[in-house]
This record gives sequence, C-alpha cells and structure tokens, in this order.
Amino acid sequence: MSAADILTPVAGRQAIYRVNPVAKLAATAIIGIALVLSIDWVSASVALGFEAVLFLFAGLGPRRFALRTLPVWIAAVLAALTILLYGRASGASHFHFLLVNVTDGSIELSVATLLRVLAIGLPAVVLFVTVDPTDLADGLAQVLRLPSRFVLGALGGLRLVGLFVEDWKSLELARRARGIADRGRLRRFAGQAFALLVLSIRRGSKLATAMEARGFGSSIRRSWARESRFAWREWVLVLIAVLIAAAAVGASLFTGHWNFLAGA
Amino acid sequence: MPTHPEHASAPLSVAARAWGWRHAGRADWALRSLDLRIEPGERVLLLGASGAGKSTLVHALAGVLGGDEEGESAGELLVGNTDAPGARGGVGLVLQDPDSQVVLARVGDDVAFGCENMGVPRAEIWRRVAESLDAVGLNLPLAHPTSRLSGGQKQRLALAGVLAMRPGLLLLDEPTANLDPEGVIEVRDAVARVLESSRSTLVVIEHRVDVWWDLVDRVIVLAPGGGVLADGRPHEVLRREGAALAASGVWVPGHPPARPNRTRRAGAELLRTEDLAIARSTGAALQSGLELEIGAGRCLAITGPNGAGKSTLGLTIGGLLPAAAGRVIADGLLGSSGRDVRGSDPLRWKSRDLVTRIGSVFQDPEHQFVSGTVAGELAVGARAIGLDDAEANRRIDPLLDRLRLGHLTAANPFTLSGGEKRRLSVATALVTRPPLLVLDEPTFGQDSRTWAELVAFLAELLDSGSGVVAVTHDVELVDALADTELRMSLAGHQTESRLSR
Repeated sequence: MSAADILTPVAGRQAIYRVNPVAKLAATAIIGIALVLSIDWVSASVALGFEAVLFLFAGLGPRRFALRTLPVWIAAVLAALTILLYGRASGASHFHFLLVNVTDGSIELSVATLLRVLAIGLPAVVLFVTVDPTDLADGLAQVLRLPSRFVLGALGGLRLVGLFVEDWKSLELARRARGIADRGRLRRFAGQAFALLVLSIRRGSKLATAMEARGFGSSIRRSWARESRFAWREWVLVLIAVLIAAAAVGASLFTGHWNFLAGA
Repeated sequence: MPTHPEHASAPLSVAARAWGWRHAGRADWALRSLDLRIEPGERVLLLGASGAGKSTLVHALAGVLGGDEEGESAGELLVGNTDAPGARGGVGLVLQDPDSQVVLARVGDDVAFGCENMGVPRAEIWRRVAESLDAVGLNLPLAHPTSRLSGGQKQRLALAGVLAMRPGLLLLDEPTANLDPEGVIEVRDAVARVLESSRSTLVVIEHRVDVWWDLVDRVIVLAPGGGVLADGRPHEVLRREGAALAASGVWVPGHPPARPNRTRRAGAELLRTEDLAIARSTGAALQSGLELEIGAGRCLAITGPNGAGKSTLGLTIGGLLPAAAGRVIADGLLGSSGRDVRGSDPLRWKSRDLVTRIGSVFQDPEHQFVSGTVAGELAVGARAIGLDDAEANRRIDPLLDRLRLGHLTAANPFTLSGGEKRRLSVATALVTRPPLLVLDEPTFGQDSRTWAELVAFLAELLDSGSGVVAVTHDVELVDALADTELRMSLAGHQTESRLSR
C-alpha cells in the first residue's frame, strides 16, 4: 500500500458504497455479538452460509476479495490450529504428545473456531473495504452525534499519515547521507522515531492553524455539506444482520448445539 | 462567469494602534509599536527583512495567533470594527506549505470545510464551492482526491476554500514560496482572477516582489525593530527603499543579487553513469538511458518539472537510492588508494565512507538534522569519520564563519530561520570534505541575501575543484553556476552545455 492510498477516497458504483458507514458498523457489531455468545459450529456455519451469498453483492471482485480478506483467513486457520492442538480435551484422543492433545472435543472446537473467526471477520472486512473515512466521520458526527471537533480532528490527522510514511523514508536516507547509518541500528531507529515525532507535531500544528483559520473550533454551530442519512438502505442492512444473527442463534438452539459463553 | 460579487461580504479595514506581540518564552517582541491603517478594498504587499514580524501580523489578523498562553499582546489591532481574534471567518488566510493546508480527502469537501464551520446552509455551501473552484480555475470533479494535486493546485484549493467563506479580508502568507515556477504562475493568476471580481481587502507577504507587482496598489515595509519603514505606492516605495530592501533579502525588480565570477577549469572525472535508469522504491522507471559525467570543478544542473525524477536522480547519484538499471561509477571519488573493497558504486559504500566522497543536501533541511544544537549537528560528520577534536574544529570553525552561523552554535537547528537551516545543512555536508556535492533545491524559497551567499560559496567550492550537482527549478542558479544542464521532462531528457554563455 503506497502512502497516497491511505488518503484516496473510496468510491464505487454498487449499492453497498452508498450505505451509511454507521449501518455497516452496526451490522458488523450485531453479527459479531451474536456469534461470540456461543462457540459451536452450527451457529457459525449458518451465519457464514448467509454471508457467502451476500458477499456477491459486496462490491468486490474475487481477486480483491481474496486479497483484502487474506489476513482473516490466516488468522482463522492459526486460531483453529491452536485450538486443535491445545484446546480443551474431551472424547476420544487421536494424537497425544506433551501438551498437544487432539481429541474429538478439540476437533469440534477447532472447526467451530475456524468458522466463527470467518463469520465475524469476513463481513467486517468486506463492509469496511467500501467505507470512505470522510463518510464515516460524517456518520459518526451526524448519526451517532459524536462531538464534531473530535471526529473532524481525527479525520484531519489521518490525512497526515501518508506524509509520515514519506518523512520516514527521507529520514532513513538522510541518516545514511550524514554518515551515521553503519552502526547502532537500535539507537538510530530511536533517534529517527523521535525526529519523525518532531516533524509530525510540527505538521500537525500547521494543519491545526490552517483548520482554525477556516473557522474550525469557533463557537458558531456547524452545518454539514454532506448529509449523513440513515434511511431504508441502512435499515435493510441492519435488518439483514439481525436476521442472520437470529437464524444462526435459532438453528444452534434448535439443534441443541448452543453453548452459552463457551459452554460455561 | 462572474463570481459572487453581489453576495460578497463588505471589504474590511485593518487598523493597528501601537500594536505589538511577544511569543511566550521570548525576550524580544516579534513586532512592536505598529501603527497602520489599511482601507477597505486596498491591495497591500507587505515587505520586510526576515524576522520583521510580517507573518506574526498576518496570523494575528487571521485570529490564529493563539490566546494568552501563546504570547502577550500590546496596543490594539482591529479588523473592521472588531478585535482581530474575533474577526475569524470574515478573514481568509492562505499559508505557505501546500501539504499542511489540505484538510479533507476530496476536492469539493475540502472547499466546503470553511463554510461548514461557519454554519452556512447546505445548498448555499455547494453553490459557493462551485463558484470558488471556478474562480481559482480548478476545474476538477468534486470527488477528485486532494492527494493527487500538485503543489500549485493545492494552493489554489486552499484559496478556493478561503474564498468560499466570503472573506472581507484576504491574507496570503508567502503562498508561492514552496512552489515550482509553473505553480507560482498558477497561483498568481488565480489570485488575479479572484481580485477582478471581488472587492475584498488583500494583504500579501512575499519576498519575491515581481510576482505580485501588478496586483497590488500599496507596499508597506515593516522595520525589523518595530514600526513601519516605508509605506506608499509600489513605485515610490521601491524607488526610495529598493536598494535597502534588496540588501535585507527581498527580491526587488531591478536589484538582482550579485553573481560570482567563476574561473572555469575542467578537472578529472569524479563520477559517471552508464545507461542509468532511475525509479522510486516502487514503480516504473522515471528516466532511463542517462549517460552523465561529472568532473572536478564542474557544476551539473538537473532541471525540469515536478515528477520528472530530478530528486530521484540526485539521490541515485548520491549513493542513497538503487539504480533501476544501468550503473553509477564513481572511481574518481575513491581517493588516493583508488580502491574500495565494496567497489565503485556509491550505493554499496559504507555510510561513513560515503560522506567523505559525496555530500548530499536534501531539499528539506529538517530531514537531515540529527542533533539538538548547531554545534552538535556539525560534529556529527566529524565524529562519524573519526576526526579528533582539534581537526574537527579546524574544519568546522571556518564553515561557521563563512556561512554566518557562529552566533548560533548553541541554538536548536529546528528553531533556525529558513535561510539559516539551509546554510547549516550545506555546512554539515562539507565538514567531511567530500569532493562531490549533490544539492536538492539549494536556493528554494530563500531570500535574495541567502541566495547570493550560497551561490558565492558554491562558486568558491567549484573553483577550488569540487564537483557540484544541483537539482533545481531556479533559472538564476543555473545561469550563475551550471556548466552543463540536464533537462528532464516527463517524456525524457537532454543534456545541454552552458559553457558558451
């Protein structure tokens, strides 16, 4: 990811791009909360099944889908592997070596974990790929009524991140050009990090001055150039999330696999 | 299409009565006993030596100087009929650095930002956004990413954002100082267009007088100690004060800075490139097939528009970035032994060997500062190559004198003025006495005094047998020093000898 990508607005033609980011936040939270209440394979696979269908409308091509969700897949497999080898043992043991104990119980927990991480992680990533930071800030301030000073300050700061990446590269080259890049890697890194901090504070205060000069932080009540709406599209997405959560929990309860908070 | 004349807010006057400001923690006043009146609708060019308090005044007028914890004020400063800090919103300010003025990620949103803060109704905001973008000639889609704008476009965007607030007073604080020549013209023309249709009062700070000459009807020169040195119609002020202003560092038409006489002698080859292609860390080659030769006592100027790869070439020659293809061969820099176990490619040399052979000076001096004091900064190179204190001082002291940094040895490099920072960054590269110097925009944004000093100093280095590579937009620098000019464009490059001139 190059520096400019962090700042480039997100845009696309599909309907999902027009859905308010706050609704995406809500949908992700609803599914996530429903699925962390129990660790069983039924609820997770029901949710994942519904989600798989919906991913077709997520505004991502197969390649981009694979690329963006790769971390989730890796995390899911690693988590599942850990549970498989070290998870709570129950039932017949298939392989036992020191702390490693693969049993019927740990296999089932492992599968449930794999599906669960995917069922929570994939929609979160997929929904947020289509979120533009500016739209999110609008939503947080206008729909959720978070303080606009805080939200817009953070948004302005985000824009500086790309510049920090450039600064860091220059600082690195500059140290070689000053003759001090041969030794003391750790100390040099600390010095460079401090230099970046100084540069960022200076940039930040310049940006603050520019924002202030344009009336930011005055006592006038702010208006909003972009209306952040929470209308039928948003309610549809939230409803879908509620339905998926309900179906997952319902199926799990019905088949008797529901184990509230990991079967405590 | 005419822009917002009928809705524009009334132009505002400015009045200072014995006004002054002292930054918190400073013993000296940045500005004091200023008495001044600017009538509504006047277009004023504000001049003065660096340190005369021009920026302080303009920041105060914009109401962004801060409250009591930032400093102490004296006297009275009025914009219209109100105290300056309260006039915020009716006053528009465009600053020097294009990168730190962009607030939002999309062009339209960024222009709308000021209007939102002033509580302008939504429909009215978008009407103003369209008008303002039109007024500054920025014909881009509203959703265009601001990160993809050039420096000149960013400054015009900042101007549009300010115009959308319908200011009665427009303040420009060196809006073109960080721009390449095309960017300067873009911004100047945009301001000219705006002034045609607006009655707003204008105050512009700039040390290149010729840029704004045709657009202003009054010049005010601030005195360094406080108060006003000269005030009147542009021609009169320059006739009376032109020479004094030029001496204090202002670029005044008809008073060009002195140029050195060079004794041009060709020396041995220091570095050459063979079929060199250059690229940023990721991405396609910016230029390829570069065949350059840099000799002792010779100056190569690398010119061309932004994005053509000038800085990248400088870094590649300087042994800091890898070549995308081809070779950089610097046998001539290997010294008496003529050998380095790591070969003749500067990229492969150890950092401490590199500084004794090639000195690189970056465009932004702040990137190169690694110490808390000027003295410490100069000692870094000496220590890196293992000089004893006596030898280090023998090298550093003349540099301090020559570059007028002697009184600043205890100062923090970050607190220096722009000219001082530039001189310090050149001095740090020279402590290790490299035969080849690679400078990126050495004269960028400098006042005419620093310009003349730097150029004279570089000419001395050249005449004493150093090689110089200068990446630059500065035509006058090229004229004054270059033996060869490498002109790069987005399409390719060509080399031209400047010796005949």
